[in-house]
Amino acid sequence: MSGGKGDADNMIPVLFILIPLVSGLTLFFFKNEKSARSWALFSSVVTLFVSVSGLTFFNDSNHLKFSAEWLSFLGSSFSVKVDGMGQVLCLLTAISYPVIFLATWKNQYSKASSFFGLMMLEQAGLMGVFVAMDALLFYFFWEMVLIPVYFLCSRWGGEKRVQATFKFFIYTFLGSVLMLVAIIYLFSQTSDHSFSIESFYRLSKILPAKTQGWVFWLFFAAFAIKMPVFPFHTWQPDLYEQSNTPTTIVLSGVIVKMGVFACIRWLLPVVSVASFQWGDVVTSLAVTGILYASLIAIQQDDLKRLVAYSSIAHVGLMCATIFSETTIGFQGVMIQMFNHGINIIGLWIVVEMIGKQTGTRKISELGGLAQKAPSLAIFALIIGLANLALPLTNAFVGEFMMFNGIFSSGATRYNVIFTVLAAASIILVSIYILNMIRKVFYGNNNEVTMAANDIKWNHKLVLSVIVILIIWLGVYPDSILNLTQGLSETILKQSDVMHLFSGK
Amino acid sequence: MNALIISAVWGVVMMFSGILLKQRSGIRNLAVAGLVLLLVSNILEMSGTVFFKVELKGMIVFDRFALFFDSIIFASALIYLFLSARDMEKVGVNYAEYFALIFFILCGITLVASFKSLLILFLGIEIVSIPLYILTGSEKKNLKSNEASLKYLLLGSFSTAIMLMGIAFVYGATGSFMSAEIIASPGTVSALLIAGMTLLLFSMAFKASVVPFHFWAPDVYDGAPTVFASFMATIVKAASFIAFIRLFNDLFGDMKPEWQLWMAVLTAATLFVGNITAVFQQSVKRMLAYSSVAQAGFMMFSLYAMNTDAVEGLLLYVAAYSLATIGIFAVLNKMSDYTFDGFNGFAKSQPVLAASTTICLLSLAGIPLTAGFLSKFYMLRAAIDTHKNLWLVIFAVVMAAVSVYYYFRLIQAMYFREGNAHEIEVTPVFKWTMVVVAALVILLGIFPNLLLYWFYF
Repeated sequence: MSGGKGDADNMIPVLFILIPLVSGLTLFFFKNEKSARSWALFSSVVTLFVSVSGLTFFNDSNHLKFSAEWLSFLGSSFSVKVDGMGQVLCLLTAISYPVIFLATWKNQYSKASSFFGLMMLEQAGLMGVFVAMDALLFYFFWEMVLIPVYFLCSRWGGEKRVQATFKFFIYTFLGSVLMLVAIIYLFSQTSDHSFSIESFYRLSKILPAKTQGWVFWLFFAAFAIKMPVFPFHTWQPDLYEQSNTPTTIVLSGVIVKMGVFACIRWLLPVVSVASFQWGDVVTSLAVTGILYASLIAIQQDDLKRLVAYSSIAHVGLMCATIFSETTIGFQGVMIQMFNHGINIIGLWIVVEMIGKQTGTRKISELGGLAQKAPSLAIFALIIGLANLALPLTNAFVGEFMMFNGIFSSGATRYNVIFTVLAAASIILVSIYILNMIRKVFYGNNNEVTMAANDIKWNHKLVLSVIVILIIWLGVYPDSILNLTQGLSETILKQSDVMHLFSGK
Repeated sequence: MNALIISAVWGVVMMFSGILLKQRSGIRNLAVAGLVLLLVSNILEMSGTVFFKVELKGMIVFDRFALFFDSIIFASALIYLFLSARDMEKVGVNYAEYFALIFFILCGITLVASFKSLLILFLGIEIVSIPLYILTGSEKKNLKSNEASLKYLLLGSFSTAIMLMGIAFVYGATGSFMSAEIIASPGTVSALLIAGMTLLLFSMAFKASVVPFHFWAPDVYDGAPTVFASFMATIVKAASFIAFIRLFNDLFGDMKPEWQLWMAVLTAATLFVGNITAVFQQSVKRMLAYSSVAQAGFMMFSLYAMNTDAVEGLLLYVAAYSLATIGIFAVLNKMSDYTFDGFNGFAKSQPVLAASTTICLLSLAGIPLTAGFLSKFYMLRAAIDTHKNLWLVIFAVVMAAVSVYYYFRLIQAMYFREGNAHEIEVTPVFKWTMVVVAALVILLGIFPNLLLYWFYF
């Protein structure tokens, strides 16, 4: 696999994949739990360093690409590139791993070396998904994420983990293979018989609308299951509840973004006509999902399930915004992918801490935790407020831009209704988040929360990092928006098919 | 030509080795040596070194396709011997004869892979089938083995008779057995020719265990001794498909509109019945039997599509499928309990074997970065390139998702269920061969051109 290393080639995107891959494979041979843990943390910090340097020193997306020959007789190649959206998501992936490892530093696992090995392989797959510029390569990485998740969730977690994971796996695998059919079909339609993203993008203006229609649904099945969009979400609450915390964090913080990301990179620009035509249907599903998930979240007593449903609502909003096809909405999605990742990681760490301190995750059994764990309460409050998009927190910027995008959308006639319905979720989010914080942290102590202690230094460290990011991006969102501005405009221009319909 | 003669001669050698060699390890080593010789001589023939010059009147042609396929078969058989030769001792006392029969089967396979005349096809199919009837019933004291053998013999002869009738019809319509002359026969496609073709289609579908001609397969694989079931479900099945594709590519390639819809229907039926029935099995052996039917459904895509991708893909498919299935069967053979529960906790007692088996199962399920994925990819691409019947492709991938259920059930049993899978004894050779199988499965999944390169150069 020796590629021609021309002027434009740069190893950084390859390093994104290679560092976790190699570290993951070596981890399987570790005998000692302590050293496996340290090695995993070390390599994830190295990945973070590389991705930050990719963001700062080489901050020109034309240079962040690499291409080598692979499966060329099938029309594929190993071509990767970090563009604006890739930078944001790779950064999110890179940040989340050290945070997770630090936050769960004291957790014990049987067969720790396999656990950390699988975690790192998962990271390699995620990075690959975000940088792949070849449809077949994208599919490879898409599945490469799935396999470690399957083993992670089945091996370590709650009692019903095996069934919950199996359901998730069959769901997502079905989506993936349907996407594979779509990919092969598009490949057979390309003029140069290639899986490269440029060839795929050229198809959007060539393929007839009817063909695009079913290709769209084959793709969207995979992405909708991954996000998940109502009504494809049923695997999610069970899995989040049953699987171990580090995997849950990766699942909800990063993996669900794969679906959103893939819609932007592989759906809208490739089958633009169908995306325009089916946009209203998808947006309706997404908006229904937002309201439905928010209402169910209010009813939840288990903290993990509450966060799970809240996540469905938030991702639903991103999905609805994508199909509004406006620049401000796109930019909102870009920054919100990052924000939601950061916020939900913080939320999971808080939930994990509550569970660790009190031995329960039932809201009804908790109360008055703030007296025993004041710093946890402060962090939980800030992260909770970020989750309901209070101004000056990161999510406010994202959600404001997204609502603005849906409202000003020219791609749908129902923009006002969609905006009003989706915006109703802001009220619902406040209800369940504030309720949760009130019931868990305030009020009187009971026998369950009596014995609780405050959090340790490692949790304070990671939660501070998260709070700093929350406030930073709430005050100065341009640091991300500048990265993605160009890409958002390019993709929208590529996906713009409205002129085809204006005559009718 | 090399392989044809050497395999026949070595079969006879193996028969006498039972008298001459008292040590079982001696017999085993002789068989391995014979197979290595077969493989090497076949590869030499691919690069132009032919040891034997025989005038064949164009009835057999050892072209690139046939030789390449033979190499895959011999390599798979070699791995099969490394993994399972020891276990044949458990079957019965006629140790040397089992090897002799296997060499005769390989001889038949070289015939069906390279026939240019329908007579040779018939001869090859019979040479493959008759030793199989014996191997199926080789566990003489076991009633199930006897029943399977009888069932196989009766149904097998029936399908052979249908094949003969088909050949007779084709001869009646065209006046020749030779494929070149059958294609060139003038005039419109007569009803007689179509009748003959249909009968040939049915009999080949029987040999390849394609639904609705599959009913023998699960019973025979289940009843036969596990070592031989493994051989039948992989190497023999691959040979049936090669004969099948040769027949319809060489002889009836021009009549594609006549049979393409047939193939589509058979493909869908095979995928459906194989996958759905496999879901309900409690015994891993029966699950593998139905899985072999389900995988036949995917191989049917090559017949349905019948283009360059399809032929190339079928070669990759048989290699990927045989490797993985031989590996799983070899592990199964070591177990005392064939149910899924028998594998509970297997990963704790045998981590290396469990990991290798898992890779084989992932390959059968078609997970990327394994050979199984790329072979399925080829099949789907070939089918999509026909630009019609896209429902079939979508149906196939849905069925592939169903197949995940039963393959992953075994993975779950090995890794995530508590249990005491019985301590099994394995030799280092066995363990390392399994590691090699797993490595090959992944290697072919990343660089399939390592294999396909040989097809073109």
